[in-house]
Amino acid sequence: MEEDRKARINRLKWHCRRALLELDLVFDRFWERHEDDLDAQGEAALESLLEMQDHDLWALVSGREVTDDPQQARMIERLREVSPIANFE
Amino acid sequence: MNYTVRKFDAVIVGAGGAGLRAAIQLSEAGYKTAVLTKVFPTRSHTVAAQGGVAASLGNSEEDNWHWHMYDTVKGSDWLGDQDAIEFMCRKANEVVVELEHYGMPFDRLDNGKIYQRPFGGHMSNFGEKPVRRSCAAADRTGHAMLHAMYQRNLKVNTQFFVEWQALDLVRDAEGDVLGVTAMDMETGEIVVFHAKATIFATGGSGRIYYSSTNAFINTGDGLGMAARAGIPLEDMEFWQFHPTGVAGAGVLITEGVRGEGGILRNSAGERFMERYAPNAKDLASRDVVSRAMTTEINEGRGCGPNKDYVLLDITHLPPETIMKRLPGIHEIGIQFAGVDCLREPLPVVPTCHYQMGGIPTNYHGQVVVPGGNSKSMVVRGFYAAGECACASVHGANRLGTNSLLDLLVFGKSAGETAVNDLRGDVSAHKPLPQEAIDKTLARLDRLNHQKDGADVHETRLAMQRTMQKHAGVFRFKDMLAAGVERISEIAQQVAQTQIKDKSKVFNTARIEALELDNLIEVAKATIVSANARTESRGAHVRDDAPDTPEMPDGRDDKNWLKHTLWYKEGNRLDYKSVKLTPLSVDTIELKKRAY
Repeated sequence: MEEDRKARINRLKWHCRRALLELDLVFDRFWERHEDDLDAQGEAALESLLEMQDHDLWALVSGREVTDDPQQARMIERLREVSPIANFE
Repeated sequence: MNYTVRKFDAVIVGAGGAGLRAAIQLSEAGYKTAVLTKVFPTRSHTVAAQGGVAASLGNSEEDNWHWHMYDTVKGSDWLGDQDAIEFMCRKANEVVVELEHYGMPFDRLDNGKIYQRPFGGHMSNFGEKPVRRSCAAADRTGHAMLHAMYQRNLKVNTQFFVEWQALDLVRDAEGDVLGVTAMDMETGEIVVFHAKATIFATGGSGRIYYSSTNAFINTGDGLGMAARAGIPLEDMEFWQFHPTGVAGAGVLITEGVRGEGGILRNSAGERFMERYAPNAKDLASRDVVSRAMTTEINEGRGCGPNKDYVLLDITHLPPETIMKRLPGIHEIGIQFAGVDCLREPLPVVPTCHYQMGGIPTNYHGQVVVPGGNSKSMVVRGFYAAGECACASVHGANRLGTNSLLDLLVFGKSAGETAVNDLRGDVSAHKPLPQEAIDKTLARLDRLNHQKDGADVHETRLAMQRTMQKHAGVFRFKDMLAAGVERISEIAQQVAQTQIKDKSKVFNTARIEALELDNLIEVAKATIVSANARTESRGAHVRDDAPDTPEMPDGRDDKNWLKHTLWYKEGNRLDYKSVKLTPLSVDTIELKKRAY
């Protein structure tokens, strides 16, 4: 079971290698903090986001666009949380 | 370790713009073509190209390929080969129109023709005034281009091997290239792709620098593989830098920020550009601004705990202006610098952007090396195109929008030449040399069993910081010499990297270690070549190159109008002359590069 999870996470991590540096950097930080606590729901949401084209995904992560999918929206929030934006206010 | 062999007519490594364009050519001709790519094709770094593709279509005003050629030669600071440059500029219209036929959604004029916009360095009438030459699809040109070409490839039955890491070039005792070894990331399986034609289109290697605009995938895999197989790397000292990348992250801050009134400041809060460029100040050209920033940092006036960046200040601008005219900047500052640029200045450094050098090729896309009586002997079965190759059309400095053109023209050219070579060769595949395959297996085995070795992440970081400090945008004799030593120490650590995770499925730790094997070859090539070239030319600027009437801006045509060739074996350098004779027109004569 643990082996399965490791393989799934490794696959997701590789799918986080993107065409745009901006996304690489965001995902890099995300994995540093969330590798151990990503649950099945989170995995599914992340996987669906990773299917997107890079410019569209960056539009969501940078807050220029929003998604209607609540699971995706939660994941986008987590991606944005790990950025230094948390230092504000 | 086990491996299997798969046979193809052609194998292409890389599915960015150049790889996809080459594949179209081969598959359309009916050849069994495999494209290996470590990420899904439309996630290649070509996606990040926004500016457009240069072609003298003349849709909005008079233009022609000869003017484009002149601009490219001048931009290259005369290091570009004039035969290849003429070839590229003459082919531009053809490849752009083809792309349109593949379904590329170019922006259009009211009359239905492709819309063209001006871009830095592109002029009419041999440098007289700016001309509209760039064809774009909004700000997603690279992305749209990849989609159009990927669809075309599906139509002509190109076989994609997605999420495969190419490992080594297979070269026999006669020096012929017979394919590559590769790893399926999903299973860890090793396969030898046995082919009559091998085309490298693996992109750039900007990750050798600490501050780079390149995505993480740009690890110079093709260059590393070529170097290990005894192929030299050409003109690797020439890297294009952008003045304002976010410090520590590399994300680009557009020139538009300074255009709107942004000011660069040092640790004393001084607007230092007033000293370096009293008239243009912060709006001076890219190289002038980058050099001034580096001087401030090197002389101890940098900011932050390590005094290693300067500040880009826009806090004096009205917030409405920033949010309206520079919408992405606020978000980038927050995301990557932890800075609200409405209230605080942004930390910036000159940032590596594009690699002008690469695997030496001629304009047919054939890889050429010194051998026999020639400095440009064709390596049979081996071709390269795009950023990983050096044709050389960019010479010492690339013009904007010429990179997308390069990958279209030379991707097609490499594919076309491979098709012709395959047509002329009815013999069976040459036998695979066991020794070449064993080298890959030994490399993997070493990595799997390394004990007390070096950490991949730390070693990569040490390499990146060394390259940034010792071979950055502005170069100093002593720093370069010390950098050569330091990089060679780091190379010894790279040879002993260790991974804890030995699993087979998508083992990213193993992939990163293998990528580092490639990056270090590029780093060595860059710093050794830069250390040896004692002049300033294009993007290679040395503090110790004297600016005299014979050597304007430190350019020494008498001794250095030549291409560098770096060999992995012995860290050795060789040189070959620049091709100053074009295909059909007169030579564009040497003169000082001034705009």
